[in-house]
Amino acid sequence: MSATSDGGPRTVAITRRGLFEQGARGAVGLGLAGLALALGAGSARALPVWAIRPPGALTEEAFLGRCLRCGLCVRSCPYDILHLAEPGSGVAPGTPYFVGRDKPCEMCPEIPCVKACPSGALDPGLTDIAKARMGLAVLADQETCLAYLGLRCEVCFQVCPLLGKAITIENRLNVRSGKHVHFLPVVHAEHCTGCGKCEKGCVLQEAAIRVLPRTAVKGALGAHYRVGWEEKKKAGHALIPEPLSLPVRRPGEGP
Amino acid sequence: MKGCQGDACQAREKKGWWRASRWLLARRCSQLGVLGLFLLGPLAGVRLIEGNLASSLTLGVLPMTDLLWFAETVAASGIPLMQAVIGAGVVALLYGLSGGRTFCSWVCPLEPVTDLAAWTRGRLRITGGWRGDRRIRHGLLAMVILLAGITGVPAWEWFNPVGWTQRGVIFASWSGLWAVVAVFLFDLLLSPHGWCGRLCPTGAMYAQLGRVTPLLVSASRREACTDCHACHRVCPEPQVLDPALKGAARGVGPGIVAADCTRCGRCIDICPEEVFEFDYHFSTMAREVT
Repeated sequence: MSATSDGGPRTVAITRRGLFEQGARGAVGLGLAGLALALGAGSARALPVWAIRPPGALTEEAFLGRCLRCGLCVRSCPYDILHLAEPGSGVAPGTPYFVGRDKPCEMCPEIPCVKACPSGALDPGLTDIAKARMGLAVLADQETCLAYLGLRCEVCFQVCPLLGKAITIENRLNVRSGKHVHFLPVVHAEHCTGCGKCEKGCVLQEAAIRVLPRTAVKGALGAHYRVGWEEKKKAGHALIPEPLSLPVRRPGEGP
Repeated sequence: MKGCQGDACQAREKKGWWRASRWLLARRCSQLGVLGLFLLGPLAGVRLIEGNLASSLTLGVLPMTDLLWFAETVAASGIPLMQAVIGAGVVALLYGLSGGRTFCSWVCPLEPVTDLAAWTRGRLRITGGWRGDRRIRHGLLAMVILLAGITGVPAWEWFNPVGWTQRGVIFASWSGLWAVVAVFLFDLLLSPHGWCGRLCPTGAMYAQLGRVTPLLVSASRREACTDCHACHRVCPEPQVLDPALKGAARGVGPGIVAADCTRCGRCIDICPEEVFEFDYHFSTMAREVT
């Protein structure tokens, strides 16, 4: 373009030095703006603990790169559970999330939000909602959980859409009273979808059971670990020679 | 009361109200209409078009994806699903045929804001401010896409006021307000036509289609031009006017082929001599470099 920015005649002579300066100014300005943007975007990359991504969401990093911020998933949700993040909320602006404690995922078998996603930020490979892994329920506070206090509650167990699988009840003697039983909820990561129903259902003022990002909760054994009893089951026999059974000698018994 | 002053008033006096305001009216209807169609779903339960300007689905079959968002997503994480790809193709075709930056002047919800800023500037007689090179937006466009590629996330979308504004309206939140206020004040006090004319990478993206589009504003009756400069005063991209208006001797024009032209039709409305008109031609005769 030969005209100046507002169509007026160009009055400054174009010199090589001038052009270089202009180019350098532009490059430095854009570079600084880019740096500021990168830092600003970087500061909001982690999902706050109270926010849960819709079913099928890729890992947070990949999700942020894919999501178009279009809200088609939000509109497709028949229960009006999903929100588009607003500025200052802590969730990357314009991306979808829900708050389990407010309105948990109803786990529609058709998964309309995944079907609505045009970009693949919600993985279209997810066709069975029971395989969704939105997060992982964690009994985060045993000091307030009614079951640990020795009361009958089990609400989280009862409201779980995967009743008896994602949360089971384990009995343990109440050593305080010496004659009662604790009915303790135990979450099983291999079944939990992270829908948030248990967190919503928790009768406490602040939920003792919470859905958290799986990455924030799950440990990893390390590739070199082998669980002996499973290897034994797989192989059909022990992988190492069975330990010798030595004779038991008690004091006073003969040699 | 003073007599008829100002370009708009003189155009009205000479051509009548309708011929002096019809394209502006049409644009406002288009801008409101697009947002209205999106809002029909949540407000009235009529699901004609869903999503927002970043990506949408019309009548459950026709996807559309904004080109800047699409480019950022591709840079950040590779080719997305087919629906987004087809949507970007639909949008490229749509704006490729209808003028490129027609998005800016006929659809973008920030345009009325910058329009208002320009109008207020005139009213308050604010003349100063930063007049940065209009090519900065192309640099910004490249930077934004590059940044998405480097960081793996569309970092620009943490800031993009176009995104904020359209999401704020369509998803009924106040979150878009800061973008509207910031852009208004920026255009009003810091830089004339500063946002749309110098910085916005979304506009720069659609301007790429403006290089090939057959829809132009043409100074078809340029011999009738009286050099009153009303079009220069009203045009948000006045640098595009002169080549077409004054290029007869050099064999340039009369079509305004510059990609920066937003095809808003303000010049058509304002010109008392009816020099300009919308023109559609697939030939390359008007497409000589200006």
